[in-house]
Amino acid sequence: MTDTILPLSIDGVGYTAAGRRLIDGISATLEAGPRTIVLGPNGAGKSLLLRLCHGLIRPTTGHITWAGTGAPARPGHQAMVFQRPVLLRRSTFANVTYALGLKGVRRHARKALALAALERAGLAERATQPARLLSGGEQQRLTLARAWALEPEVLFLDEPTASLDPAATRRVETLITQFHGAGTKIVMTTHDLGQARRLADEVLFLHHGRLVEHAPAGDFFARPQSREAAAFIEGDLLW
Amino acid sequence: MTDFGDAFTTAFGLIASLDPDLMEIVLLSLRVSLTAVGLAVLVGLPLGAAVALFRFPGRLVVAALLNAFMGLPPVVIGLMVYLLLSRNGPLGVLGLLFTPTAMIIAQWLLITPIVAALAQQTVSDLHAEYDEQLRSLGAGPGRAVWTLLWDGRFSLLTAVLAGFGRASAEVGAVMIVGGNINHVTRVMTTTIALETSKGNLALALGLGMILITLALTITLSAMAVRDLASRRHA
Amino acid sequence: MVTRFAALLLGLAIVAGATELGAEPRFITLASTTSTENSGLLAHLLPRFLAATGIEVRVVAVGTGQALRIARNGDADVLLVHHRPSEEAFVAEGHGVARHEVMINDYVIGGPRADPAGIADNSSAVAAFAQIAAAQAPFVSRGDDSGTHKKELALWAAAGIDPASASGTWYREVGAGMGATLNIAAAMPAYLLSDRSTWVSFRNKGHLMLLVEGDPPLFNPYGVILVNPDRHPHVKAAEGQAFIDWMLSDEGQSAIASFRVDGQQLFFPRARHTDP
Repeated sequence: MTDTILPLSIDGVGYTAAGRRLIDGISATLEAGPRTIVLGPNGAGKSLLLRLCHGLIRPTTGHITWAGTGAPARPGHQAMVFQRPVLLRRSTFANVTYALGLKGVRRHARKALALAALERAGLAERATQPARLLSGGEQQRLTLARAWALEPEVLFLDEPTASLDPAATRRVETLITQFHGAGTKIVMTTHDLGQARRLADEVLFLHHGRLVEHAPAGDFFARPQSREAAAFIEGDLLW
Repeated sequence: MTDFGDAFTTAFGLIASLDPDLMEIVLLSLRVSLTAVGLAVLVGLPLGAAVALFRFPGRLVVAALLNAFMGLPPVVIGLMVYLLLSRNGPLGVLGLLFTPTAMIIAQWLLITPIVAALAQQTVSDLHAEYDEQLRSLGAGPGRAVWTLLWDGRFSLLTAVLAGFGRASAEVGAVMIVGGNINHVTRVMTTTIALETSKGNLALALGLGMILITLALTITLSAMAVRDLASRRHA
Repeated sequence: MVTRFAALLLGLAIVAGATELGAEPRFITLASTTSTENSGLLAHLLPRFLAATGIEVRVVAVGTGQALRIARNGDADVLLVHHRPSEEAFVAEGHGVARHEVMINDYVIGGPRADPAGIADNSSAVAAFAQIAAAQAPFVSRGDDSGTHKKELALWAAAGIDPASASGTWYREVGAGMGATLNIAAAMPAYLLSDRSTWVSFRNKGHLMLLVEGDPPLFNPYGVILVNPDRHPHVKAAEGQAFIDWMLSDEGQSAIASFRVDGQQLFFPRARHTDP
């Protein structure tokens, strides 16, 4: 009997705030394996959906369930990377060991795991430097390293490269792909079509808080079923 | 203007000769104020953080009380502590009136609201920035408090310095609860008040200069440490 | 949990505030007035008492009203003030054991060198006060319910004048100790009533002059009283009584007489038997 928390079932999930319905009746099942990209224009509700799935917010209607049960204990099973990296005023190394400490890893084991994670992210030389003095791209790679050290089953990423230049973006995307290659389920939002094309195995297309299309990446980009998705792929502005 | 000149000479004379009375007074002043600051940090930091982060019953009352106490004149706080510690009062059996301990208690009451209020602000700002990431990593509310406090340590140091400033400069509270007893509860500020009341203005001013220098030295060193450390950590 | 934390804090405060590790020295707390302390008399007397008995005297010097309040609360062991009606009431109400007259000093009327009310060398204090009121010359009152203040009010009353009605004009009530009042009078300049001991030792009189002295109404007797141990069992009755006994003894009385400032004797010994 496996310990996995997947699949993730999003069941008629809706979210209302300040009288506005920001997410409306989204249903989907996310299985282990494919890299899932949540795509859509700004204001579509992508970040909100991610936060609902991760458990940071509770849906107003509907359910988020994992592996058929209720939400699992978070530390270790899922992790999230935000658009702006949130790092503590400590060294690069200490930021990773902090997360490992939260997970319950014994003190003597943290060092090795942290260093390994930093190695994979190409940050080993920066280990003793204050995390906040790293460049934008390095900081984002650090948050990925931190998440990786936790060995989560699912990694949520909310527009992780939106504030980065192309070179840094490429390095982060490579890291994400490596993460995926090591067996982690990737669920990522983006409004960048090119990034979606590069990374997606499956696409959830959102518009005005509704799930408009859910398809494997090849099908989605070649033969979009909806008017909005077609327009978006063409590069037209959607409102 | 001659008083200023006399004051400088008096001050230098006292310091240069390491006047034993002066040393005694300075050491007591530091002991009282630094202890009060230490205890205020112990209570004020977690208290401020809790008010910033947690919705507990009575939260608004605590926040209002903290604000109210910040505005109280030291002499009023001294009066309150006197009534508490007087033999006639509820804590009279402890026999703490007219001791340095009473002075520490009074100054602690002075400083804690400042530390708590500034801690509350700092933690509140940090919370807005860190909340989602900390929850994502699995930090419970208790753990989050300490993480935020440590991360805000540079701003919090400013709060602590502000508290120390208020304590070392006040005379009203320590005068009432300490009694300005020679060799027992006489500190810099009460000595200055005493010498002024005796008309020894040059001496009083000289002591005032020493007090300012002391406070400045402590404050500037702490700020230097803070700036150095924060530049390393941004 | 909160109470335990509070107890821990209190414990830390006590440890930090502890003046002595080991056995506490024998000491009593004496509530007295700022004028007595500032005169320097106590600094002259108390070391002699310590040498004779090994008992330290911790002096809390405040205004007369506050000294009485402290003693009434049981926060002091012995009271030494100079306002007979208050002292007698203190004993009558059961707060003190008995009043002993221990010494006497006197008040003087000081004022600007220019002396606008022309009171210099007037042999009557009451007449001088009447002249000041008539001239509406600036007068600074301590206004703090102290022995000095009460004496001043008694002189106004004897002159048939109600200074309160002029408060804020030529009559200025400052609500402060003798030294602060002298500071203000010197700066204005203004007339004032001061005890001689503070006057003589005060270093900031500016151009104030001593104008009237020696009139019997200006004499100022001091009473020493043991706080009643029946009311306040923690009072150090034995040591407190030892202090009173010493003050009234030949040794104490001659120590009082031997105290000089600028060559002047300020306090005169006046020990008598207990007042009925």
